[in-house]
Amino acid sequence: MEHPPVLDFATDFDHTDEAWVADPYPIMEDLRERCPVAHSERYGGMWAPMTHATVSAIANDTEHFTSRTVVINNGRPGDEAPPAPIGVAPPISSDPPFHEVARRLLLPAFAPRPVNALEGFSRELCNQLLDDMGDADVINASLQYTQHIPVGLIAKMVGLPPEDGDLFRSFVHEIIEAVDLPVEERIERFAPIEAYIIKLIEDHRENPADDLITYLLNAEIAGNKLLDEHVFGTIVLLIVAGIDTTWSAIGSSLWHLAQNPDDLARLVAHPELIPSAIEEFLRAYAPVTMARLVKEDFEFEGCPMKKDDWILLSFPAANRDPEFFENADQVLIDREVNRHAAFGLGIHRCLGSNLARLEMVVAIEEFINRFPKFELADPSAVTFSQGQVRGPRSLPIRILERA
Amino acid sequence: MKIHLDTAKCQGHGRCYSLAPELFDCDDLGTAVVVVTGDLDDDQLKKATLAASNCPEFAIVIGD
Repeated sequence: MEHPPVLDFATDFDHTDEAWVADPYPIMEDLRERCPVAHSERYGGMWAPMTHATVSAIANDTEHFTSRTVVINNGRPGDEAPPAPIGVAPPISSDPPFHEVARRLLLPAFAPRPVNALEGFSRELCNQLLDDMGDADVINASLQYTQHIPVGLIAKMVGLPPEDGDLFRSFVHEIIEAVDLPVEERIERFAPIEAYIIKLIEDHRENPADDLITYLLNAEIAGNKLLDEHVFGTIVLLIVAGIDTTWSAIGSSLWHLAQNPDDLARLVAHPELIPSAIEEFLRAYAPVTMARLVKEDFEFEGCPMKKDDWILLSFPAANRDPEFFENADQVLIDREVNRHAAFGLGIHRCLGSNLARLEMVVAIEEFINRFPKFELADPSAVTFSQGQVRGPRSLPIRILERA
Repeated sequence: MKIHLDTAKCQGHGRCYSLAPELFDCDDLGTAVVVVTGDLDDDQLKKATLAASNCPEFAIVIGD
């Protein structure tokens, strides 16, 4: 949808504006100095806190802010989402006390031990993708590598046909990138996604498997099977939250290394630094921005928030706040103290954080093992996603050395 | 000096048991569990301090 360019982000904030999509960090810095919370009349009213303190306060305040929908768009829950407490995609869209019930169902599957058991599978997947690149000098790391890794892992865990990867990515695009469309069009575009997932559920009812869809169909809350909309919403969540996010995180890590040969050489020489480098990439290039809705009229930090105003909960902005991080604007791959909020703060901490970290570490290890030297082939050809998940969607890389 | 973990604040980010697996473990939900509950020696104190200073939720305090 056409929307006028933003002239002042403090009073007319829009996270889909070209300037924000191209490079949000200087805008965050400017806003942090002028006001801790930016405002906008767009999307029916929106507030965007830019400091760690304000982001943390809102993330931890489930009394005044609801998670009922977490993707900012032109609609409101009444238009698109079932009512609280379940919400459209539990548990991300759930508030207490139901949130904890829905979350506990999923936590064991995403705890470190079961996730780490997928390391071998992840390495094979990454190596297959690297093999498939052949001996080309220039590859598109986003299209040939990073986008396929989370799809492979999520498909395996959830129980989706891996060959439908392109389809899942198109679903994700409709749900979290095409946010500036009119509500009617968003609902229309969701119809094929709904049909596909309903069919998946039916297939699993007939042919149970060792995967999360079968697990959800058998799961019980207080002796009752889950409501159909709960199973459906959680599958939507696992597909949407597990793909674009990690695709972005791995992509931003490679984007950084392609531009910082010293960091790349250091990781090649000292691979034991990769986990701390990954944490720093998560801090500096946090892919995920969440959202809340204001429950009732409420004054926060001097801002007169109205019921149903959106809150853009920018963990990327919190992660760049110099009041909270030393040298916040520098990427230090051996940063020792790093309380970053890339996976959120409070009760909605990213359920898949252990999986995301495994994928990131393995993807970077295998990539730099194979290609110890590389650079951006054409910096101007790198494109970033629009919306609440930020990461490279086209990333042409020139291979300078092969192992 | 001992490790004090506020389980109400812990959200299972997992930084502590990744950075100091000899001091922290996790339960089946991914929530942190303190393994060394007594007084810390110098090495342990260093590791525990590193874990505490990487907890996004400020759930770990090292003290008496």
